[in-house]
Amino acid sequence: MAIEVRIPTILRTYTDGERAVDASGDSIQALIEDLESRHAGIGERLLEDGEVRRFVNIYVNDEDIRFTGGLSTELSDGDTVVILPAVAGGAR
Amino acid sequence: MTRYDSLVDSVGGTPLVGLPRLSPSSEVRLWAKLEDRNPTGSIKDRAALAMIEAAEAEGRLTPGATILEPTSGNTGISLAMVASQRGYRLICVMPENTSEERRVLLRMWGAEIISSPAAGGSNEAVRVAKGLAADNPDWVMLYQYGNPANAEAHYRGTAPEIHADLPEITHFVGGLGTTGTLMGVGRYFREHQPEVRIVAAEPRYGELVYGLRNLAEGFVPELYDESLIDSRFSVGPRDAVRRVRELVESEGIFAGISTGAILHAALAQAAKSTKSGERADICFIVCDGGWKYLSTGAYEGTLDEAEDRLDGQLWA
Repeated sequence: MAIEVRIPTILRTYTDGERAVDASGDSIQALIEDLESRHAGIGERLLEDGEVRRFVNIYVNDEDIRFTGGLSTELSDGDTVVILPAVAGGAR
Repeated sequence: MTRYDSLVDSVGGTPLVGLPRLSPSSEVRLWAKLEDRNPTGSIKDRAALAMIEAAEAEGRLTPGATILEPTSGNTGISLAMVASQRGYRLICVMPENTSEERRVLLRMWGAEIISSPAAGGSNEAVRVAKGLAADNPDWVMLYQYGNPANAEAHYRGTAPEIHADLPEITHFVGGLGTTGTLMGVGRYFREHQPEVRIVAAEPRYGELVYGLRNLAEGFVPELYDESLIDSRFSVGPRDAVRRVRELVESEGIFAGISTGAILHAALAQAAKSTKSGERADICFIVCDGGWKYLSTGAYEGTLDEAEDRLDGQLWA
């Protein structure tokens, strides 16, 4: 099962500069474990005490996982996962 | 009532219009709350007026006072209009990569502008403004990201207006920036009609805006309360532009780019409701008109061209 994961600039040191990497897993939890096995150190930047860090947002097909089951959010083949830092809104 | 004592008194009371062409069926309908019909043309008139009135009531704002605010556009324009009517000086801190129209509008209403670096976007504007506020203790920073009066404006105004016009509402979709609209409307419906689902549309920018963000020290507005939201979509510029064009082509509504992002989330919700066979009346916010964004190139050419032109811009 291949899932495309888009990596923010700040974490590309773990992915040899790649903007997007393939990973697998049937949930976000499993996906992050798979990412960690391929890109050692990245997991700790995403998680803290077993939860997604406060200023990290993870989206599955553009939907924030905090509202779809968190780390247990299910994944299917072909899903796109985007990881982004939390920023303030734009034209406010 | 359509007669008011002054322009400031006419804030709010905006129309709700149906979207007969973009609604999937008679069972799943979309409704647009036209916030561009406020005095300076955006939903921010509500928050700006509420924050100034709250500061006046608390005695923080006195005649001749200077207001300081990190804002890359609409809030600044709204504050500038109200401040000009009430005799306050306004200084706006805004990222240097915001559209020229907004700068002209701000200056026209008498605001002074201090630019913050483009890299870092609004986070950087907030940081610069907080520094200026510390150096100038007599200036009053209303601080839209943490001022309860921002959310209160929507709790007292936007939400009850929608509830009165659309009692059968099932979903509310708004933009996530300061989070004021979603927090105010969300809290109102949690109290008055808790089955209404609150959907957030968050703009997703290009690399430049996120590039320097530290994952350990990001920014979440102080107003934000996750429990008032039921789902949250991240919408990129391509989808936002595509939807904002559909909105004007199908329904004749000429809106700003952030509204395209909100419509994208509303249509995603409409598709979900249609798929599950449930009735839905989905209300979304038209934040402002498209006038201020013409120079961004979002309304002309192919989607690829528009996407390229918006890269690195704070389009919402």
